[in-house]
Amino acid sequence: MATTAPARRKAHNPRNPRKSVALTVMLSIFALYSVIPLFWLVVNASKTQAGLFSSFGLWFDGDFALFQNIAETFTYRDGIFVRWFANTLLYVVVGAGGATLLATLAGYGLAKYRFPGRRAVFAVVLGAIAIPGTALAVPTFLLFSQLGLTNTPWAIIIPSLISPFGLYLIWVYTIDAVPTEILEAARMDGASELRTFFTISIKLLSPGIVTVLLFTVVATWNNYFLPLIMLSDPTWYPLTVGLNQWNAQATGVAAQPIYNLVLAGSLITVIPIVLAFLVLQRYWQSGLSAGSVKQ
Amino acid sequence: MTTPSIAEAQLPPSSARKDRRDWRGWIFVGPFLVVFAFAFLAPVAYALYLSVFRTRLVGGTSFVGLDNYIGVLSDGQFWEGFLHVALFLVVQVPIMLILALIAALAIDSARLYASGFFRIVLFLPYAVPAVVAVLMWGFMYGDNFGLVSNLNDLIGAKVITPFARDWILASIGNIVTWQFVGYNMLIFYSALRTIPGELYEAAELDGAGSFRVIRSIKLPALRGAIVIATIFSIIGSFQLFNEPNILKPLAPNVITTFFTPNMYAYNLSFAGQQYNYSAAVAIVMGVITAVIAYVVQLRGSRKEEL
Repeated sequence: MATTAPARRKAHNPRNPRKSVALTVMLSIFALYSVIPLFWLVVNASKTQAGLFSSFGLWFDGDFALFQNIAETFTYRDGIFVRWFANTLLYVVVGAGGATLLATLAGYGLAKYRFPGRRAVFAVVLGAIAIPGTALAVPTFLLFSQLGLTNTPWAIIIPSLISPFGLYLIWVYTIDAVPTEILEAARMDGASELRTFFTISIKLLSPGIVTVLLFTVVATWNNYFLPLIMLSDPTWYPLTVGLNQWNAQATGVAAQPIYNLVLAGSLITVIPIVLAFLVLQRYWQSGLSAGSVKQ
Repeated sequence: MTTPSIAEAQLPPSSARKDRRDWRGWIFVGPFLVVFAFAFLAPVAYALYLSVFRTRLVGGTSFVGLDNYIGVLSDGQFWEGFLHVALFLVVQVPIMLILALIAALAIDSARLYASGFFRIVLFLPYAVPAVVAVLMWGFMYGDNFGLVSNLNDLIGAKVITPFARDWILASIGNIVTWQFVGYNMLIFYSALRTIPGELYEAAELDGAGSFRVIRSIKLPALRGAIVIATIFSIIGSFQLFNEPNILKPLAPNVITTFFTPNMYAYNLSFAGQQYNYSAAVAIVMGVITAVIAYVVQLRGSRKEEL
């Protein structure tokens, strides 16, 4: 990428210092703390319901039932898990995709145009960063139920479309990544503002956009509170709410524990999002460092 | 956080058409603001409206002014929940941020083998959905097939009890730390990467050691990032909901329906149908959060000017 982060230092220290074994060991303990629960998940997702109770937690049981568990997860109760997976994808594609588009357009507009009301927009949006989605969730539910929007996908998608932090990141990124001279040149050639944006600016902004996209994807993929209160019909559940419902059926009257499916389902829920981060790390890491330049 | 005035300075010098009003920016900002008004401002306004009414079985809905707010402020259950999140904030947030800071400094120090590997591994838990993270840790804490029961078997007594009244906040704190330490580490690390190399060269000429460089160059450069991470952590603590709510079935007697203010608002709405009172709880918590976040930001930027 020719247009990644602005002016970062190349070499870390003039002279490359000696590597420290002690420091590496310290960070290794840290890394173990991060990884052990995930390892535990992989191990235990491969056990049968009976094997979970009879074997040591951090190692595999005799019979390796991972694929059996995964198959059962997808077919349990007429494949409701597949439905939840599709719902999650819908919320992520429309919600996170829309949030990224709106935040990119608005952040760019704030950075490159001086228009009446601009200061007011700034004040309101920066103030909104301090109010998290969860504080708004109950009021949003009350409003949406008045409007008849609860129990529909819109109840999840509409609140997901707003990312004040995404707007902030794009605004900061635009200031450095999109030179005003290029825009002036495009205007001389008679290109409209939107055309200039979609043909020129959007390319220059791509690391920033990928960063915002990843963080909004994580937010919608992991969303729990909002769908929990908005939806009572399981056919619209995302994976997170569905999994917790499966887990809850292990207790109470007529308990039907399916821990093996909860664990396999959890593993299936984690994998796509972890892969997305690993594959796109080049982009979001440069996008993030650009964002922090201005802090 | 950057203020609008800084952006003002970075705008292109306005051309000859300075005085003509330029509305083109609204093409870009308009769509965001329309959705923002509907999904953000309208719920806030509606909650404010709801909070000044009260619905009774007999007599219907009536305007009660600030009665609901007075009720919240003298409500023992609300303050008990508030105490939990305040305690959580004072203990968990510093631990998490200091760990994140140490990790960021270590990864940035160039003295680490495989620093890229550590950067990504520490960050990975952030991508794990909160529900999955809590289910996982809940299982591991548990007596049935958890690691804790393995450990207790090893010791030969029930020494570790994550769901006991005295330990439940620590157990929740551990889950939150696990999820967010890498995210905060990345915020700090990104800020460290923007320090110009000349500063290090100058420090080396002056004969400054590693710790001197950390104290005089790196920590001052991190101030903005630390303020932002602190604000986000304060907001996260005050809005604590997912972790206690998902752990509740495992510790039903310890985690009450009013364990945190957010759980209280949720249960008032969905178990008690007390929408008006619930709206007042949400607003009081929102105001407290905003005020504290604002104070932290002010203090953070004031230090910058010194």
